[in-house]
Amino acid sequence: MANSPFAATILFQVGPLPITRPVVTTWGIMLVLSLGSWLLTRRLGRRPDRRQAMLEQLVTGIAGQIEAVMRTDMRPFMPLLGTLFIFLAVANLCGLLPGVEAPTSKLETPAALALIVFVSIHYFGVRSQGLLGYLASFAKPKLIMLPLNIVSEITRTFSLMVRLFGNVMSGEFVIALVVGLAGLFVPIPLMLLEILVGLVQAYIFTVLATVFIGAAVGGSERD
Amino acid sequence: MDPKLISIIAAALAVPIGSIGPALAEGRAVAAAMDAIARQPEAAGTISRTLFVGLAMIETMAIYCLVIALLLLFANPYAG
Repeated sequence: MANSPFAATILFQVGPLPITRPVVTTWGIMLVLSLGSWLLTRRLGRRPDRRQAMLEQLVTGIAGQIEAVMRTDMRPFMPLLGTLFIFLAVANLCGLLPGVEAPTSKLETPAALALIVFVSIHYFGVRSQGLLGYLASFAKPKLIMLPLNIVSEITRTFSLMVRLFGNVMSGEFVIALVVGLAGLFVPIPLMLLEILVGLVQAYIFTVLATVFIGAAVGGSERD
Repeated sequence: MDPKLISIIAAALAVPIGSIGPALAEGRAVAAAMDAIARQPEAAGTISRTLFVGLAMIETMAIYCLVIALLLLFANPYAG
């Protein structure tokens, strides 16, 4: 029997605070990404070498996608959304390394990421429309839509969390079951599928966050 | 009946029944997108991006069923 997907292994305790395995993995990813970004962007030149060309391809690719979805200047949102995408891609794929468990396959990490998106939707909405204007946008197109709009704020954040958690967790779960039932090298095709699922989920999480933030900033349409 | 047995049966039924609707919906969405791309190949980028987001939305329904099934199996408050 595989372990419960809702319980995270507690590695050690800091005072009263139990530190679970996803937290340690998340900090490891953060360390690797920060150090990697610092090392890779140390010597940027006018004439890009191979490393810089690859980085520029990645950054302009993300920027182009954000701009295509938002249809406004993407520069205020690029730090949040670009980091979100890169972190999610690495976090979803690191489950394929032996001995590492994807932090997004436990409920806490997707919940924290969805909470970040939830807060930043309102932050960008208030910043671009003012507090009163943003609050008034909840009562559009008619006042009777107010409760529905408020409920949809919560449910879409919740579904953002459940979607990421469900996809990544179910992939790891199926691989664990197949290893237990069939043997060591049998789940390799499933792991290939897991690469695709991980990247697609990172993309979808980022695009949905972009759509929500774009709707809050534009104020015209919300879904 | 034993609550454990009931929750196992419910979990086994939740996923197949709950994935009927999303499966049909995803099929229709992909078929419509293929049709649109065949008519207008220059709009393929926009269509496939919207398709991905829409598929993710539809897929969430199936994922909800999966999460409910796993809750029944692993975090059931009644079966202990």
